[in-house]
Amino acid sequence: MKRTPFGGLILLVSMGLAMLGPIVTVILWAFAVKWRYPHLLPTEWGLKFWFAMLGRETVITPVLTSLALTSIATTTAALICWPAAYAFARLKFPGRQLLLFSFIAAQAVPKFALFVSIAVIFLKLGLVGNFWGVVVVQMLSAVLFMIWIPTAAFRGIPPALEEAAFDLGASRLRVFLLITLPQAMPALAASYVLAFVSILFEVDSALLIGAPTITTMPLLLMSLSAQIIVQEAAVLCVLIWVPCFALLLLSRRFMTARGIAQGFGA
Amino acid sequence: MLEIGAITKTYQGTPAVRDASFSVARGELVCLLGPSGCGKSTLLRIISGLTACDSGKISIEGVDMTTTQANRRPTAMVFQSHALWSHMTVAQNVGFGLRVRGLPKAEIAAKTAAVLDLVGLAAFAKRLPAELSGGQAQRVALARCLVVEPKVLLMDEPFSALDAHLRKGLREELKALQGRLDLTTIFVTHDQEEAMELADRIVVMQGGRVEQVGPPGALYQNPSTLGVAQFIGAMNTCTTNLRHGAVDWYGVTLRMHLPDGEVALLCRPEDLHPDAKGTAARVTRVIDLGPVTKVTLITGTGDLLTWTCPRDQAPDLGRVLTLLPRRLHAFRSGALMGLMEAPLPAQAQGATA
Repeated sequence: MKRTPFGGLILLVSMGLAMLGPIVTVILWAFAVKWRYPHLLPTEWGLKFWFAMLGRETVITPVLTSLALTSIATTTAALICWPAAYAFARLKFPGRQLLLFSFIAAQAVPKFALFVSIAVIFLKLGLVGNFWGVVVVQMLSAVLFMIWIPTAAFRGIPPALEEAAFDLGASRLRVFLLITLPQAMPALAASYVLAFVSILFEVDSALLIGAPTITTMPLLLMSLSAQIIVQEAAVLCVLIWVPCFALLLLSRRFMTARGIAQGFGA
Repeated sequence: MLEIGAITKTYQGTPAVRDASFSVARGELVCLLGPSGCGKSTLLRIISGLTACDSGKISIEGVDMTTTQANRRPTAMVFQSHALWSHMTVAQNVGFGLRVRGLPKAEIAAKTAAVLDLVGLAAFAKRLPAELSGGQAQRVALARCLVVEPKVLLMDEPFSALDAHLRKGLREELKALQGRLDLTTIFVTHDQEEAMELADRIVVMQGGRVEQVGPPGALYQNPSTLGVAQFIGAMNTCTTNLRHGAVDWYGVTLRMHLPDGEVALLCRPEDLHPDAKGTAARVTRVIDLGPVTKVTLITGTGDLLTWTCPRDQAPDLGRVLTLLPRRLHAFRSGALMGLMEAPLPAQAQGATA
């Protein structure tokens, strides 16, 4: 039996508190009706604020808008970026490195300035205050995760793995679906989750492109934070946290290559 | 069965394979042997279809395969890195070729089990590649190829990443299996011992060219180029000048009926024998290899000679011996000029060392 050193234990507990503490507090607040100072736990529990929040259309609409926006933007970005990442990893074409670095270069520009200039263009195109305008601009937040992580993942797959499958009679498409994709899947899943979460919490672009017609969850949270009722913000926090946490749990399944292979019926 | 005709492949101006031609008969095991970078792996990839050749022709059973893609060729390749798919079990790896051919599941399972049994891994069907040893992984890679019943099995240095003992065992296994299944096989290796043990015929490659093709014994006994002579087995090489039918071999003048000019005289270590009229050389090292003893000597001219002799004839360190060659291979500009059996010295030389 290995003994846990005392110092390590303290570190573990304090790290656990630092990480879980805020989440637990927020969850407690979300289900608290009354929670005043000397009490360690809420004195009155209930779903009062949930009903209050979910009954309000000004709350429901942004939540649904955010989920729809994020799902569409992340999935579309994946469909565009993953094949591009494969091309970056496997094909040699002029300007490959330059293009790859341009994605970082774009990230180095202060986002807000970037969105302002995009807003000017979108205004002319009539995309400001438009759902699809926000989808397009939010996809930009995903590009870095969706290109760099998958490119590295595809590069990490030895070409012999694909060649062996091709040599044994598989078509190029089946090689990709049965060998390349499952091998890269842990990294692809990670890139999807990171992109999803970063888009979900993206504020600047939604504010600049979406306002005033499109309100997303983070925008709502910002407006609620300015008010006094802690529970309302807590309920919304839990609402945002749940899809992210669910996604992370789901992605764990894909984090092993074997899991995805079974998903593809291998 | 398999015809390779004048294959040429150039990578960015550097020729990798130049005008390579040979043929393989049904059930034959042919080794492509050569130093690293000689183009043997490139040639194998061209045969598999994974690499396209610039010019030349490949046909299998009379069918032109030159422009056929790898997935449509009746060949299967075992890679040096085994290249097993880590996300599939052993059985799934082996069954892959059948699966992409659209065979029914029951048939895939039956054939996979039979082939795994053949390579002695029936108990490992449900394991993942990560749970296999190097030797087992390479056997799975072989099984994965055997299951699709290729007309030609291609193996690219499959055992070179394994330790010597395991390599020898797998070699025996492969040879037995190949004979039993009557598999036409091309085996790439840089290890001449491996090639000599496995091959029915060896194709020696150097600098992208096919230097010589022949059974292992013939290549050893009668190398047709200087490159082959020096690559296969050990040789004592003496570069000298031939004048008026006589040549100086480490201080001994030998009669030789060849045109005048520079000549390389090569002699196998076991083809030296003690003779009073031979060149004098002092023993500097004696290595007991078990069945034979390897002796290193230094001649009066300062050249090193290697002599392998039976154990009971092993000389003491520091002794001066006189040695003559039993066979001498003479090359000029890399090409064979003649083979001298028991060349005679023109005159006796005194021991000077």
